[in-house]
Order: sequence, then structure tokens, then C-alpha cells
Amino acid sequence: MDKRILCAPFSDETIRSLKAGDMVYISGTVYTARDAAHKRLCEMIERDEPMPFDFDGQAVYYAGPAPAKPGKPIGSVGPTTGGRMDAYSPTLIAHGLKVMIGKGTRGARVIDAMKQYTGVYFAAIGGAAALMAKCVESAEVIAFEELGTEAVRKLQVKELPVVVAIDCRGNDVYKLARES
Amino acid sequence: MKQVKTADITALVEQLCIEACCVITEDINNKFKSCLQTETSPLGKEILGTLIENARIAREERSPMCQDTGMTVVFVRMGQNVQITGGFIEDAINQGVRQGYEKGYLRKSVVKDPIHRENTKDNTPAVIHYEIVPDDVFHITVSPKGFGSENKSALRMLTPSEGVEGVKRFVLDTVSAAGGNPCPPIIVGVGIGGTMERAALLSKKALLRPLDTPNPDPSLASLEAELLTEINKLGIGPAGFGGITTALGVNILTYATHIAGLPVSVNIGCHATRHAEGGL
Repeated sequence: MDKRILCAPFSDETIRSLKAGDMVYISGTVYTARDAAHKRLCEMIERDEPMPFDFDGQAVYYAGPAPAKPGKPIGSVGPTTGGRMDAYSPTLIAHGLKVMIGKGTRGARVIDAMKQYTGVYFAAIGGAAALMAKCVESAEVIAFEELGTEAVRKLQVKELPVVVAIDCRGNDVYKLARES
Repeated sequence: MKQVKTADITALVEQLCIEACCVITEDINNKFKSCLQTETSPLGKEILGTLIENARIAREERSPMCQDTGMTVVFVRMGQNVQITGGFIEDAINQGVRQGYEKGYLRKSVVKDPIHRENTKDNTPAVIHYEIVPDDVFHITVSPKGFGSENKSALRMLTPSEGVEGVKRFVLDTVSAAGGNPCPPIIVGVGIGGTMERAALLSKKALLRPLDTPNPDPSLASLEAELLTEINKLGIGPAGFGGITTALGVNILTYATHIAGLPVSVNIGCHATRHAEGGL
């Protein structure tokens, strides 16, 4: 397999070029956010408050890392189940946060929003968190520090291995796997 | 009467928390390697190779294999002739969890209250199961349980007329509905019989049996083999991306039950189903 490296942030053209089942590597900036941070982001949108980072072309990684050991930027950091973010993702996608990294399948409303706004959902390898920590060059908490592991962190990643789980046409690798 | 000091319990639990999270058990690692040979999907092979590499990094660097270092489930097997000295056993175990998660750089994932959801910041309290046995044994197994897989577990009260076919159907339906979410290849713990809560506990305990240890009951061993074959036909595959390696093993535990009932619980363990044990 040729190694395809994508540089975040993502253009619509890049997103459109991806198809479900492709294995790719992400380099650049990604932002972590999981259950509690998603709830807060949506509450802030409702109150018309500014977001803690510019969503345009950026990727959100559903992850809550283990604590960093001394001298390391981060502890083990693998993906958490994307389905739990289904309640929030359509709102965030509509506001421009349309590149997601998680694991496991997504609901119909999320997939519809991805089709409408040209979004993509990547799956990182669940449980391979020690290996993925090695792809993180730096990490910085940028919002909701009090949430601990659930805070929003800005990560600089190098060649984070992911699979295109659901592409912008709604093709779903999990469904394709079961059908074949 | 044998005496066990609470300070020793704390030290043991601390060490077991770190070991369980960072060091994959040999049976699972061996199973990864054999499945890498048999898996037919190229992406599935890629994933299995990544998991083997991840386990190696975690072991060598003493980092957690998975960032979800779980809610800490602790099984205590204690002889009735053992006396605990120096404090309350439950406090000693929780102190061990607190120290293990701090010193091991493990993630603190426990919230104090399921409704208000404030993190306790030290991964306590643990979920502790006590079993009183004869003699003077004192044995602890620490099994940190991640919730990607825990959330996909299920329990059903079947009727006796549904029989073993009903059990098989429920196990397969549960694994199928879980799909790629619980980080396959999974280990499937099945508890059959008892009451509702006993079935649930059996299914969790079943996850502790090493994959290379056969079920001592030949009929259950054959049911496990049949279920494993059927599960691996579901097509879910490593990480849910397709393939024939959906489960690494199916482990069943049973208990006597009521004439009117057939409780079945399915506890799904991810590929990093973790446990470490030790005695005092």
C-alpha cells in the first residue's frame, strides 16, 4: 500500500477525494474533544459565543488522553466511540467542524450532515493508543482545562494512521465490511 | 489464622493496576499473532499488525496500551481464615487504585455520580467483588474495564423454552449490534444461569479465563467453539473494518438457576481485555 499523507487543515477538495476504506495518515493540527467538551461547544453555539478555535477545515479527534509522563507531550491517546458524539455533531458540522476522527459507526443525522456540508469521518485504531501517542509531537490545552482528560487539546500530529470510515458521499466502511 | 496487612493489599493493587494496563497477557498476544496469519482482509491484517506493535510499545515503555484505562474492577478471593489487619480492606484497595493510577500515568475516568458526572480525579472508587473461600488464601485480580466495550454488553432474561438456541441467538445478536464499536477483535464473556446479577457477574468473570485454557466442561467448550465460529462469520473484523477476526475467544461460565428462568449476560471485552493477579 502506498502511504498517503494528508495535511490538516483539510480543503473540500481533499475531503471529496477520500473514499470509505482508504487508509491514510494525518499530519498537522487536530483538536481533541469528547463527550463533555462537545456538550459545552454546543451550549456555546446556542448562546452565540465564539468557539475556542477556528473550525474551518480543522479536524476534531474524539480522544481523552492518559496523562503525559515527564518529558513526553502526551500519554496514550486512542480514539473513543464516535456514536456518543452523534447528538452534537450535526450542529458542529453545520458550523464548519466537519472533519472527525473517532471509532465505530455514526447515526443517520451525522451522515446526512456530512453529505450536505462535505464532511469526512475517519476511524483511528481503537486501543492502539500507545502507538498513536508516538505520532503526537506537541499537545496544549486550549479550552475547558477543568475537564481534565476531556479538555480540548491542540495536538500537532505526524502521520497519525486512520481509515476513512465514512466519506462525504455517505459510504460507510463498517456497513461495506458487513455486506461483503 | 492468617493475617494480611492493608498496607500490603494497597501495594499489591497499585502494582497490578499498572501491570494490567501496560502489559498485554501472553495468551492474547499469541492469539494476535496466530490471527495475523489466518486473517484474509488486507486492512484487517494491517490492524492486527498495529495491535501487536502497540502492545510491544506499551510493554517496553510501560505506557497504557489504551488511553481508556477503565473503571477498575477488582476480584478478591479470600479464605475464611484470613484476618485483615491495619484498616478496612475496601479503603486499602481504593488506595491501591489511587496510587496505581497516579504513579502509572493512567487515565482517571471515573465520575462520582452517574447523573452529575464530576470526575473523582483518582479513578476511585473501584468496583470490588468479594468471594469467600475455605482455608487461608488471599488472591486479588485487577481488571480495568474500558467502556467502549462495556457499553456494548447486554443481559436478557430468556425463558427455559428458548434453550441453548436462544442463548446462541442472544450472544450473536449482541456481538452483531456491537459491530466495530467495542474495539474488535473482542473477547466475549458469557454468563448463563443464576439470577440477573449473578449472570452479569459470571459474564465478567468469564473474561478472565486465558484464551489458551479450555473450558473444563466439554459441552460448554463445544458451545464456545461454535459461537466463536459463528461470530467470526459476521464480517466485522479487526477494528470493524471487515475480516474474519471479530473475536479472539468466547468464554462461558454457568451457575444453577430457577425452574422458570434462563438468564444470559454477554460482557464484551476489547482486544486489550486486561487483567493482572497476585496473592499475599
